[in-house]
Amino acid sequence: MIRQFTSAEFFFLLSAVRWTLLLSAIAFAGGAALGLLVALARTAPWQWLRATAGAYILVFQGTPLLMQLFLVFFGATMVGASVDPLAAAAIGLTLNAAAFLGEIWRGCIQAIPKGQWEASTALGLHYVTRMREIILPQAAKIAVAPTVGFLVMLVKSTSLASIIGFVELTRAGQIVNNATFRPFLVFGIVAAIYFALCWPLSLYARHLEKRFGTVSR
Amino acid sequence: MLTPAPADSTPAGDARPVMIRMAGVEKYYGTYHALKAVNLDVHQGERIVICGPSGSGKSTLIRCINALEHHQGGEIVVDGTQVGKSSRGLDKVRAEVGMVFQSFNLFPHLTVLQNCTLAPRKVRGLAPKEAEAIAMKYLERVRIPEQANKYPGQLSGGQQQRVAIARALCMAPKVMLFDEPTSALDPEMVKEVLDTMISLAQDGMTMICVTHEMGFARQVADRVIFMDKGEIVEEGPPATFFANPKSERTRTFLGQILHH
Repeated sequence: MIRQFTSAEFFFLLSAVRWTLLLSAIAFAGGAALGLLVALARTAPWQWLRATAGAYILVFQGTPLLMQLFLVFFGATMVGASVDPLAAAAIGLTLNAAAFLGEIWRGCIQAIPKGQWEASTALGLHYVTRMREIILPQAAKIAVAPTVGFLVMLVKSTSLASIIGFVELTRAGQIVNNATFRPFLVFGIVAAIYFALCWPLSLYARHLEKRFGTVSR
Repeated sequence: MLTPAPADSTPAGDARPVMIRMAGVEKYYGTYHALKAVNLDVHQGERIVICGPSGSGKSTLIRCINALEHHQGGEIVVDGTQVGKSSRGLDKVRAEVGMVFQSFNLFPHLTVLQNCTLAPRKVRGLAPKEAEAIAMKYLERVRIPEQANKYPGQLSGGQQQRVAIARALCMAPKVMLFDEPTSALDPEMVKEVLDTMISLAQDGMTMICVTHEMGFARQVADRVIFMDKGEIVEEGPPATFFANPKSERTRTFLGQILHH
């Protein structure tokens, strides 16, 4: 029995947006927290720590996000823990986002002129104080624009969570399409909703780039 | 027996205690030999000017004192503490040794006052009010207290460098290192920075200045040191150093920087 695509279907799609947003928010928050550690490790004075963080980034940037989600989801089942699709997707996306944000922020930290490190070192400031008071506040300014840019990527990446069965926007689109057989209409609407989410973020990133780009030079 | 030394004494006749002892200091960058068995004793209250062509190792030498660069051979002792033996010793040395850089290196996201209070608060553990009082004292000393709440980017180069000097002084250092402090300045601003340094010298601060300002060297230095190719080629009180340089290399160098 083929259903019509009615406003009910449309609102079903719209209501799935909150799961896309929730997953994006969790992955971004988790990815930011872990990513900061990755960035600090990548710029640490200790070689073994830099190498460890480097290996982490290599693995997560060098394999498809979809495989990472599979590995978390099925890997957890294999060791006997049952994770629901949301948790699996959140963990997978967090680990992935941490690798990318870590690498973006490493670049921002290293963009701070050497003189800033030297002056704070010569004043006797310790590593933690130096990072917290001198390096990170300046790096954060440079980091804002590319970070928001990455957030756009992340929102779109959440669509992969549909494949491990988490009902977010894309999965909702598949469900509606299975019932209505109007793939072009349904996925057109799904794409339009993603665009509506991401476009303002892209504009905001560009705005931030203009604002901070000129100040930091 | 040693007699109390006049200000322009040679090091052998200096009775003041040794503040910095560098003995057989070696420094390599890869295979490049940047410092070759450098020996230098700096006495308390002594004002030393180091000059030499670029790449001669003069900056490297003073950057080894507070371990911005790590030396590989010999020893450096600052006020009784070995540099490079323990991280605790390093903290102590850095807290006692102030440094002023060619490119100022003020913290652009902090106000002038915050630039000056940060280290006293975080390293010395002073209360914010105390640190601010000290900062204002030294900002007055370098004659820019009215700029305290501005950001470094709003100041001229000369003002920034004076803030950098104040920032270092706020830690009440026993030694001040100057790494070409006027080289990045427009000519009209050189004097205000040199005047600040001269007044600091007159107050008895132990100073090591890498600079090509030979007028400054003549006026305040106890000893002028000429370096070339990682070695101390010649040293002496400014009167004899400028009038009768012993080495050919020194004469050539002085000829190049003094003839115009």
